[in-house]
Amino acid sequence: MSVHIGNAENAPSFPRAARAALINTQLRTNVRNATNIIQAKRNNMTGELPDWEELREAGHAIKNHTLKYLDLYLEQFEANVTRAGGMVHWATDADEANQIIGNIIADCTGKEIIKVKTMTSNEIRLNDYLENSGITPHETDLADLIVQLGNEDPSHIVVPALHINRTQIRDIFQKKIPLHELGIDNLTDDPQQLAEAARLYLRHKFLTVDIGFSGANFAIADTGAVVVVESEGNGRMCLTLPDVLITLLGIEKIVPTFRDLEVFLQSLPRSATGERMNPYNSIWTGVTPADGPSEFHVILLDNGRTSVLANGEGREALNCIRCGACLNVCPVYHQTGGIAYGSVYQGPIGAIVTPQLQNLEHSRSLPYASSLCGACYDVCPVKINIPEILIFLRGEIIRDEQRTLLGKFQLENIAMQAMALVFSSSGLMTTAEALAKFAQGPLVHDGIINRLPGMLSGWTNSRDLAPMPRKSFRDWWFQREKDKDQ
Amino acid sequence: MQISLFVTCYNDVLFPATGIAVVKLLERLGHTIIFRPQQTCCGQMHYNTGYQRETIPLVRKFVELFADDEVIVSPSASCVAMIRDHYEKAALMVQDSQLLVKVKQVVPRVFELTELLVNKLAVEDVGAYYPHRVTYHPSCHSLRMLRVGDAPLRLLQRVAGIELIELPNRTECCGFGGTFAIKNSQTSSAMLDDKVHCVLDTGAEICTAGDNSCLMHIYGGLHRRKEPVKTIHIAQILASTREEPTA
Repeated sequence: MSVHIGNAENAPSFPRAARAALINTQLRTNVRNATNIIQAKRNNMTGELPDWEELREAGHAIKNHTLKYLDLYLEQFEANVTRAGGMVHWATDADEANQIIGNIIADCTGKEIIKVKTMTSNEIRLNDYLENSGITPHETDLADLIVQLGNEDPSHIVVPALHINRTQIRDIFQKKIPLHELGIDNLTDDPQQLAEAARLYLRHKFLTVDIGFSGANFAIADTGAVVVVESEGNGRMCLTLPDVLITLLGIEKIVPTFRDLEVFLQSLPRSATGERMNPYNSIWTGVTPADGPSEFHVILLDNGRTSVLANGEGREALNCIRCGACLNVCPVYHQTGGIAYGSVYQGPIGAIVTPQLQNLEHSRSLPYASSLCGACYDVCPVKINIPEILIFLRGEIIRDEQRTLLGKFQLENIAMQAMALVFSSSGLMTTAEALAKFAQGPLVHDGIINRLPGMLSGWTNSRDLAPMPRKSFRDWWFQREKDKDQ
Repeated sequence: MQISLFVTCYNDVLFPATGIAVVKLLERLGHTIIFRPQQTCCGQMHYNTGYQRETIPLVRKFVELFADDEVIVSPSASCVAMIRDHYEKAALMVQDSQLLVKVKQVVPRVFELTELLVNKLAVEDVGAYYPHRVTYHPSCHSLRMLRVGDAPLRLLQRVAGIELIELPNRTECCGFGGTFAIKNSQTSSAMLDDKVHCVLDTGAEICTAGDNSCLMHIYGGLHRRKEPVKTIHIAQILASTREEPTA
């Protein structure tokens, strides 16, 4: 099996990628403005619900329950899709999913597909695969269209073009959309004009392309229905106009019953876009003669998910409903934006999903891309304890490294072992303190430390450090005890 | 009440004035402080960086050392959060049921200073005097792990002479995050930049918090910019009196 998560296996480490993002002031301004707006809307929409915490609890419980019995629910879903006239395919990994989709399209006459926003298709790099096979995929979600036309990487799981502002969007449209043919002469960066240009461009695709492609927000086991929620109506077009519909979804998208939507159709839009309800909620079951697509395929994608499922400590990462609230609230994401995470899944949730799907073989810097401030856990609508999983994954990485001689002799490991020894007794701690006070001597200039050697220079590159005071707390305490006795 | 002080390793060595302030404050309120000199570190740095096995001896040491103490106080929200949120997990990780029993006995008796004062001892006015312009940074661990809520602010509001100024965007992390500040030093510094700007926007002379780790970070950024704003632990403000003011 070969698990691929976008191009994450070739991505630079987070600290390296972050460096490039941090010097891009335009990017940082765009990210900060956009996240501030979404977060404020989200806070209003969750704040107005008296039972918000209960909704989070319910979402958590439903997802945990589903993961526990996932095998049963998947088979139930398969049976119900089949009964309703759909076809179910199982894909072990990205390559297999691409082949299945490629084969389905090869049996059709068209060479183009129109796509609803689909995270899993980014995960398996479907667009690259299709283009290499001579098929043209058209993204129809506005942000995804911008990212596709601009040849950009998505930087947010809900708002993939979040890092691009409207002037940049105008430039992309001017280059990539045949505006003149659409009767547009003078495109400005006015949002309404930009949306109108995209609308005219896409309208033609909707009316002519006869293969639709989607992901799913939820797949309902007891009815075989698939659910897509969206804001623009492009999804509804892709799901109803073409003759053939292909849906790719991760196996963790299952919910047991239709009734469970009651929870998620409240918590998802409020968390994701700060809306009470999504403008478009599409729910369909199999095929219906003379109504919508006549051929419906569902591909159930594993791509590393079962190995995450087998991991008791980290599996809650699979509960994610991809709302992006943890990105919007994350102080690290605020600084770097999403591209630094090197994955189609960014931010705190990406930092626990991306490495786990790849069995910790790649993206090992991601669990460290967090100050563990806990803001992500607070906003998560299904209560994934992201900081706990980050810490657990750090442990897995360290224990793995310590298995090798090279890892044992790494500077960090040696320093950590030395510190563990120092803390093993107060006597050793006092000795180490005396040594450190002696050692810091040459580093102190004008009463401050502003340059530290080795890996500690990471601190003093931007921060000063007060030197250790002459007397410790325990020195004071013992002196006082002595004075009392006299 | 007899209260056992877990001063924490870095307060002991780097910020002794904080531990001294806790002793003076609680004694002033009529309590007796005991200090167990065998104490060292809660293990947070190791645990959060992924060296969880290395934390186990420290967990064991802590629960044995404080086994007989009725109330344990610590002037560090992040160390208390480590103890409260992770000690049980650590014991489970090594499947040591005896350790787990001890952890479950000791952990509920460990309090962060402001939650001890407001929630356990029901004191808000500690009789402090501190005539300065102060802004309060709620550290992530006090805010989101310990959920101390407005306990620190309620204590500060009762301090005579103080002028409290609200810190803009106060709930956002200062970027310290333990080894994060080293491993992702540039991102951490960018976060610190934002925090320092917010602190400067208040025009306060003093930035305070319940965690010296955050304050060490914020101070590092302020001092690098040659800003005269001082950082001081909340214990030192609460310990300050007219007779013996904290500088």
